Amino acid sequence: MSRPGFVLEVDDRTPPMVVHEGLGFRLENFPLGTRVVYPPESLPAVPDVDDAIDHALRHPVDSEPLPALLRPGMRLTIAFDDISLPLPSMKSPDIRGRVIEAVLTMAAEAGVDDVKIIAANALHRRMTAAELKHIVGERVFRSFYPQGDLYNFDAEDRDELAHLGTTDKGEDIEISKRAAESDLLVYVNVNLVAMDGGHKSVGIGLASYKSLRHHHNAKTMVHSRSFMDHKHSAMHHSAWRMGRIIKDTVQVFQIETTLNNDVFPSSLAFLQKREWEWSVRDQASMLAVRRGLAMAPQKARHKLFHDVRSVYGLTGINAGEVEAVHERTLEKVHAQHSVEVNGQSDVMVMGVPYLGPYNVNSSMNPILAACMGLGYYFNSYRGQPVVRKGGAVILYHPLDEGFNQLHHPSYVDFYEEVLAESTDPAVVGEKYEQQFAQDPWYIHLYRTSHAYHGVHPFYMWYWIAHALDHVGEVIWVGGNRKAAARMGFRAATTLQDALEMASGTVGSAPSITYLHNPPHLLADVR
Amino acid sequence: MLALEMFRSLPRTVAGKAMGSRMPGILSGFAAPLRLMTIDPPVVDRPGWARLRSRLSGICGSDLGALSGSTSLYFSAVVSLPFVPGHEVVAELLDDCEDLPAGTRVVLDPVLTCAARGVEACENCSAGRTNVCSRITVGDLAPGLQTGFCRDTGGGWGQQLTAHRSQMHVVPEGWSDEQALLMEPLSCAVHTALRAGVRDGDRVLVSGAGSVGLFATLALRQLTGAGQITVVAKHPHQRELALELGATEVVSPSETLRRVRRETGAFQLKPEFSAPYLLGGVDVAVDAVGSKSSLETALGATRAGGRVVLSGMPAAADLSAAWFRELELVGTYASSRHEPPVHGQSGKGAFELAAELAALEPVVQLSKSVVSYPLHRWREALDHAHAAGRLGTVKVAFDPRSSQ
Ligand SMILES: [Zn+2]
Ligand SMILES: [Zn+2]
Repeated sequence: MSRPGFVLEVDDRTPPMVVHEGLGFRLENFPLGTRVVYPPESLPAVPDVDDAIDHALRHPVDSEPLPALLRPGMRLTIAFDDISLPLPSMKSPDIRGRVIEAVLTMAAEAGVDDVKIIAANALHRRMTAAELKHIVGERVFRSFYPQGDLYNFDAEDRDELAHLGTTDKGEDIEISKRAAESDLLVYVNVNLVAMDGGHKSVGIGLASYKSLRHHHNAKTMVHSRSFMDHKHSAMHHSAWRMGRIIKDTVQVFQIETTLNNDVFPSSLAFLQKREWEWSVRDQASMLAVRRGLAMAPQKARHKLFHDVRSVYGLTGINAGEVEAVHERTLEKVHAQHSVEVNGQSDVMVMGVPYLGPYNVNSSMNPILAACMGLGYYFNSYRGQPVVRKGGAVILYHPLDEGFNQLHHPSYVDFYEEVLAESTDPAVVGEKYEQQFAQDPWYIHLYRTSHAYHGVHPFYMWYWIAHALDHVGEVIWVGGNRKAAARMGFRAATTLQDALEMASGTVGSAPSITYLHNPPHLLADVR
Repeated sequence: MLALEMFRSLPRTVAGKAMGSRMPGILSGFAAPLRLMTIDPPVVDRPGWARLRSRLSGICGSDLGALSGSTSLYFSAVVSLPFVPGHEVVAELLDDCEDLPAGTRVVLDPVLTCAARGVEACENCSAGRTNVCSRITVGDLAPGLQTGFCRDTGGGWGQQLTAHRSQMHVVPEGWSDEQALLMEPLSCAVHTALRAGVRDGDRVLVSGAGSVGLFATLALRQLTGAGQITVVAKHPHQRELALELGATEVVSPSETLRRVRRETGAFQLKPEFSAPYLLGGVDVAVDAVGSKSSLETALGATRAGGRVVLSGMPAAADLSAAWFRELELVGTYASSRHEPPVHGQSGKGAFELAAELAALEPVVQLSKSVVSYPLHRWREALDHAHAAGRLGTVKVAFDPRSSQ
C-alpha cells in the first residue's frame, strides 16, 4: 500500500535533503524547524491496462459507449496531448498510443474510414516524426503518418481553423476546423497534474492565438488561484465557458488517463525515496551519480537526464462526457498528489529540476526555469499558497542552460529586449505581446520548423504573474546573477546567503517550507 | 612654425602595417608616419587665398586611417606628401581675405575645389556638387583632395595654414571654438542624411556611434522624415548620446540583426560559415564605421530595394546582398555647396545646415566634451582618438596655440 504525502519537521537528526537544480541536485541542510513536504508515494497501478482502456471505452460516463458512437461514413478525429505531457516522457508504449489503438480498433470494426489523428499542441512546437511515433506507437504511426493523417495541429493555418462563436464574456472560440467539423472528436489525454484535462484539452490544445489570448494573459493568470484548482482558476473559468460552447457544436468523447508518481528509473530510484530511508545501496548509487555528474561535461549531463523515460503506472482511465470525466480524473490526481499542509510559511523553497513541459528534448532556459518554479510549483496548491503574502520564495537552478535556437527563438528576443525593459507581466503583455504573436518569422518557424510560437514566452511570463503578485522576494540559489537580475530576481550562492538576503522581508528567523519536488505534489494548505 | 607632418608615403605605410600589429600603438609608435617639425608656414600667393592661425583642429577617422595605413591605396593619387593633416579646422584670419577682415574666426570646408585651385569650374563644381570636384589634382595646388591632405595648403595640425575664401565659413558670434569645430563633421553628416534618400516614416539603421554615426543620427532626425532610427553602439556612453541626438533606440552590435528582424518582421537566414542576414529589414542603413562587419551588418539588415549609405571609408566586404537584394549602394563624401532640398526649402549648403544643427542644445553640450591636446602630445592625442568610443569622447582635437 502506498503511503500518503508527509510533512517532516527538520530536527538535528534529519539528514541533508535532495534539492534538484537543473541538470543535477544538491544535498541541502535546512535550518532546524524547516517543514519538508514530501509527495505521496506512488498509487498502485491498474493491473491490466488494455482491459482498463477497453472498459472505459465501453462503459463511459454520461455518454453512450464508444462503439455506439461510431458508424460507417462518419468523420472521426482523434486528438491527443502533445509532448509536454507527461514529464518525463513515458517509457514505450505511451498510454496515448495504447488508447488510440483501442479507439482505432473500434472504429475499424464499425467501418469508419475517415480518420485523422491530431496532436493538440496549440502554440507549442511541432513534434518531430520520432516524437510523434513515440507517443502514438509504431503501428499507428506507420498507418497514418505517411498519408498525412497523423499530424501536428497548426494554429496559424487560417484555412484549417473554425470560429465557433464567442462566449457571453466575448471570448473567441477558434479551433481546428477538422476537429470542429468532425462527427465525433475523441480526445486522448494524459492527466499528470490537476491543471490538465477537462475543457482545457480541446478548448486549449486545438485552439489558435485568437482564442488563447482571452485567458492566457497577465490579468487572468493573476486571478487563477490556483491553476491546480479549476474552480478557483480564472483561466479555467474561461476555458470552461469556451468548452461548453464547443460541446454544443462538436460531439466530444473525452478520454482522461491518470498516472502514478513513478517518475525516476531504477538508476535514480533514490530520488524517489525519503532521504532518511535510503538504504546502503541507495546511498551508494546517490554517491555514484553525484560523482558522475560532477565529472561529466554539460552535454553528458544533459543527455543523462533527458534520456530518462519513466515507467509510470496507470492509476485510472475515464471516458465520456468532458466534465463528468474530469471530476473522476481530479479525484485520482488529488489522491496521488495532495499533501495536507498546515498553514503558510514565510519562506518557500523549491528545487527546479532539469525538465518542464516546454523543454522536452531541449534545454531549460532561464524563462522556463522561472516558469517551472514560480508557475508550476508555486501554483501547486489548493486553498492558499504555501508561502504567505509578501513572503520569500527561494529556488534552486543555475539559470544558465542557454536558449535553444531551434525550439525557443522568440525567447531570446523576449529575454534580451522585453525583459530588459520591464519584468511586469501586465506591462510587457500590453506593449509587446501583439508584436511577438504576429511576427511573421516566428510564425514561419512555428509552422515549418520546431519552434514554439512567438507569443509563448509571454505565456510563460504571465504564468508567474500570480507568484510575482503574491511574494515579496524571489532568490535563486546557485543561479547566474545576470540572468536572475534580468528577470528582476536576485541570486545567492547558498541557502544561508539567500535567507540572509531575504531577512529584510521575512526577518531573521522565518518559518520555512521546502516542497520536495519532483515527483509532483499538490499542497493542500489549510 | 610648429606642425605635425605626415611624411611617409601611403604605400610604405601600408607595407608597414602588414608587418606591424593592429595595436593602437602603431599610430603613435615608432612606425607612425607622423613627426613634429618646425617648418616654414605655407603660403599660397594667389587671389582669394589668405593665411590663418589654427585654433582647434579635430582628429577624424580618416586621419587615423591614413596614419595606421588602413586607407586604400586608391587615395595615394589624390594626396601630396609631405602634408600637415587636419581638415576639421577652426582658425582665425591673419590677413584680410576679400570681404573678411583679418581676425575673423572661420571654419573650413576642406574640399579643394576648382575655385580654390584657380581653374575653370568643372561640371560638378558648377552644379554646386563641390565635394565631387573633378579637378582635385591640378591647378595652383599640389594634388590633394582636401586641406589636410595637400602639401601646399598646410592643415589644422600646424600652427598656421592657408585657405581659399571659397572654403571659409564665418563662425557665428558667441560660439566656442569647440562648437565651431563640430561644424565640419556635422556638415558631412548633413550630406549623409540627405544622400540617404529617406522618405517619411522610413526605418533607418545607423551602424556605429562614433562622431560620424552620432552626427548622422542627429542630421537624419532633424532633416529627414525618418521614423524609427536604430543606432548600433558599442559603448554605454554612446547609447545615451545617440538617444539624445535622436535615435529611437540603441542596440549593441551583437543584437542588431535580431532587433531589426523583430521590428521589421523580417526573416532571418544563417548561411554556412558566415554571419546571418535578413530577408526584409530597414529601408535605409548608414554604415558609419567602415569596417567589414559594420558594412556587412548594414547590407544584411536592409530590405530588398533599400539603400545602404557608405558614410565611413569602407573596408572590403561581401557585396552579395547588394546584388541579390538589389540594394542601392550610395557613397557620401564630405559635403556639398548645394545640398538636395530639405523640408521643401532647396539650395542650402551643408555648412549652412550644419550651423543650424551646431546651435542645438545637445550639440552645444557635446562640444563641451571636446578634448584638446597641444601638438607635442600628439602620441597621446592619437591614442585617445583611437580609443575615443570606449573612453566616451566624441571628438579629440589639437590646439596648436598651446604648443609654443
Ligand atoms: Zn573627416
Ligand atoms: Zn571642380
